[in-house]
Amino acid sequence: MSERVIALAGNPNVGKSTLFNTLTGMHQHTGNWPGKTVELSEGRAGGYRIIDLPGTYSLLARSPEEEISRETLCHGGCDAAVVVCDACALSRSLVLALQVAEMTKRVLVVVNLLDEAEKKRLVVDTDALSAILHVPVIGLVAHRRDSRRRVLRALDALFDAPPPTPLSVSYPEGACMGLCCDRGGCQGEALCIRAQWELAESIAAQVCRRSDGEAGFRPDDRRDRRLDRVLLGPVAGPLVMLLMLSAILWLTVVGANVPSEWLGKLLFSLEAPLGHALVRLGAPPWLCAMLTEGAWRVLAWVVAVMLPPMAIFFPLFTLLEDAGLLPRLAYQLDGPFEPCGACGRQGLTMCMSLGCNAAGVVGCRIIGSPRERLLAIVTSSLMPCNGRFPTLIALSAVFFGSSALIPAVGLTLSVALCALLTLASSWLLSRTLLPGGGAAFVLELPPYRRPRLGQVLLRSLLDRTLFVLGRAIAAAAPAGALLWLLGHWQLDGGNALALLANALEPLGRFLGLDGKMLLAFLLGAPANEIVLPSALMLYTAGTSLVAVPSLPELGALLTAQGWTAGTAVCCMLFALFHWPCLTTLLTVRRETHSLSWTVLAAALPTAIGVVLCAIVHFILI
Amino acid sequence: MESLLRLSALPVGQTGTVLTVEGQGPLARRLQELGLTCGAAVRCLDRRSSGRAGCYDVRGTVLALRRSDCRGVWLEREA
Repeated sequence: MSERVIALAGNPNVGKSTLFNTLTGMHQHTGNWPGKTVELSEGRAGGYRIIDLPGTYSLLARSPEEEISRETLCHGGCDAAVVVCDACALSRSLVLALQVAEMTKRVLVVVNLLDEAEKKRLVVDTDALSAILHVPVIGLVAHRRDSRRRVLRALDALFDAPPPTPLSVSYPEGACMGLCCDRGGCQGEALCIRAQWELAESIAAQVCRRSDGEAGFRPDDRRDRRLDRVLLGPVAGPLVMLLMLSAILWLTVVGANVPSEWLGKLLFSLEAPLGHALVRLGAPPWLCAMLTEGAWRVLAWVVAVMLPPMAIFFPLFTLLEDAGLLPRLAYQLDGPFEPCGACGRQGLTMCMSLGCNAAGVVGCRIIGSPRERLLAIVTSSLMPCNGRFPTLIALSAVFFGSSALIPAVGLTLSVALCALLTLASSWLLSRTLLPGGGAAFVLELPPYRRPRLGQVLLRSLLDRTLFVLGRAIAAAAPAGALLWLLGHWQLDGGNALALLANALEPLGRFLGLDGKMLLAFLLGAPANEIVLPSALMLYTAGTSLVAVPSLPELGALLTAQGWTAGTAVCCMLFALFHWPCLTTLLTVRRETHSLSWTVLAAALPTAIGVVLCAIVHFILI
Repeated sequence: MESLLRLSALPVGQTGTVLTVEGQGPLARRLQELGLTCGAAVRCLDRRSSGRAGCYDVRGTVLALRRSDCRGVWLEREA
C-alpha cells in the first residue's frame, strides 16, 4: 500500500514549521519572521508522507512559492491538506483555508497558537468552526507533545470516512479564480479575493469571542501596540535595536574567548595521535606531516576560533527573530535602503553577516525580489564577520592605545564604515549592473512572542552553526595541506612562501602593507581567522601557523618588521575590504547559481579595499 | 463628513475604510490578499518622519508599507 501524501499549508508565521517538526521530528529552521520557509521540506509521520509547503497568504499569486503550493495541491497528487491557522488571525488564515478547500478533496483545519490567543483573551470555538466549514477542525498548541498524536488521529479519521463537501465561497457575477486566468491579473480576481475575505471575516466573527467581555472578535493586542509605539518610534526604536545588536556583538566577542582556547587545546592535542595512526596505516612521512601539521592544524585552528563565536551569536540573533523584533528592524532600516534601490530586509542580512558572511548570504533568501536579493548577496561581504574581529581588535589595541575602549570604538567605527559602503555599493549597483527597482516592500509585522529557549538553541546549532562549520572544514583542510606544501617546497632562494611574499612585495607596498601581509590575506582565503597567524608565521620564517602572542610582544614583532600606525590602518582597512572567504564564495555560487555574480562578490570588496588603502597610504606618505 | 484620501496620506491613529485599490498588477493583488479589499477598515499605526513608509492595522494584521506602494489604495475617512 502506497503512502498517503499530506500537504501542510498555512500563512507565514503561524507555527506551521513548528507543527511540521513536531510531526516529523526533522529539524528545520523556523522563526517569527514571515516568508522564511522558501524551500520544500518533507518528512514522515504515522504512515503519512508530509510536505511542508511554503508559507503563503493566498494561492492566487504568481510567485514561485504560490506556484509550488498550487501544483502540489491541485496536480501534485496529495491525498489531503492540513491548513494551519493562527487563532489570533483567524480570518486571514481562513482565506487560505477556503482556497485550499476548493482545490483538495480532504482538508483538515488546525487552529494553532491557542496559548497566544488565551493570553490575548480570545476564545475560538473549533466545533462551531467545523460545523460552518463542513471540514474537521482541531485546536492546538503546536509545540506541545500531544499535538502530534492529535493531528495523526485526526488524519486517520479523515481517511476513514468519505469526505464531506466543504463550505464554498459564493462568488459574485464576474469573479474568477486567478488559477484559470492566464493573463496576470484581472478585475475578476479582485472580486474573488474580496468575496473570500468577507466570508472569512463573517465566519471568524461567529466562532471567535473575547473572554473579557469586550465586543468584537479580534484578540487583545494592546501590549503589542504599546511595544510598537516604542520600537517603531524614530528615536527610541533605533536606539533599543542598536543597544541589542551591540550587546550581542559584545557577548560574542567576550564570551567566545575561553571556549575557543579550550577547544583549541583539545583539537591540537589530537594532532599527535592522528599522526601515529597515519604512520601505522603505512603513510609515508611527508604525507603524515602534510596531513597533521598542515591540514589538521589549520582545520583545528579554524574550528577553534570560528565555532564558539557563532555558537553564541546565532542563538542570540535567533532569539531576536523569534520574539518578532527583526521585521521591526527591517521597517526601521528601510529608510536609507529605499533610495539605493534596495529594501530594509537587506539591513537584516547585513546583521547576519556580522556573525558570518556565509550565513548572511544564505539569509538573503528572506528577500523576495530576485534583483534585491542579488544586491544583498553581492554586498554581504562588505560587513565584517566574526573572523575578522580578532585582527581588528589586536591591531587597534597594539597601535592605538591599550584601553579597553579603543577596540570597541574601532569596531563600531568599522561597522559604521562598512554599512555606509554597503549602501553606497547598492546605490551604485542599482544604477549599473543591477538596474531596475520598483519592487514593492510589503512586510507583515508579526505579533511579539516569547522565544522558546530550548527550541532556539537546538535550531541555531543544527541549522546555522553546523552548516557553516561543515563548509569551513571543507575549505580549511585542503588549504592547510596547501600551506604545508608551499612552506616545505624548497626552490632557489627559499621556500615557496618566501618567494611568493617577495613577488607580492611591490603590490603590498602600494597598498601600505608589505608582501608578507598581502600573502597572509591570500592564505586566509579559507577563513579570515588565520590571516594574523599566517602573517606571524611569515614574519618569523616559520612553516606553520603561529599563535598571536600577548599585545606587547605582537607590537614588538610588528614594529621590528617596519610597521607603523599607518601600516596598521591600511591593514585594518584591507581586513574590512578584501575578497570574501572561500566558504562565502562557495555559498554565493550555490545561492546565485552563477559564476559571474560570484566573481563580482569577490571583486567588489577587493576593489574598495585596494582603492581605500592606496588613498590612505598616499595621504600618509 | 466623509473625505477621500490615499492610504499613504492617512494620519497616525486615524481609521479609514477602503474604497478601491488601483491597478491589477501583482502589487494590487498582494495588497488585497493581505486584507486591503473594498470595505476593509484600516488604521494607521505609525508613519516614518520622512513619510516614506508607514505601519497599518488591516483586519488584525499589521503591515509595513512604503508610500509608493500604498498610494493606489483609496480610503474613505471616518468622521
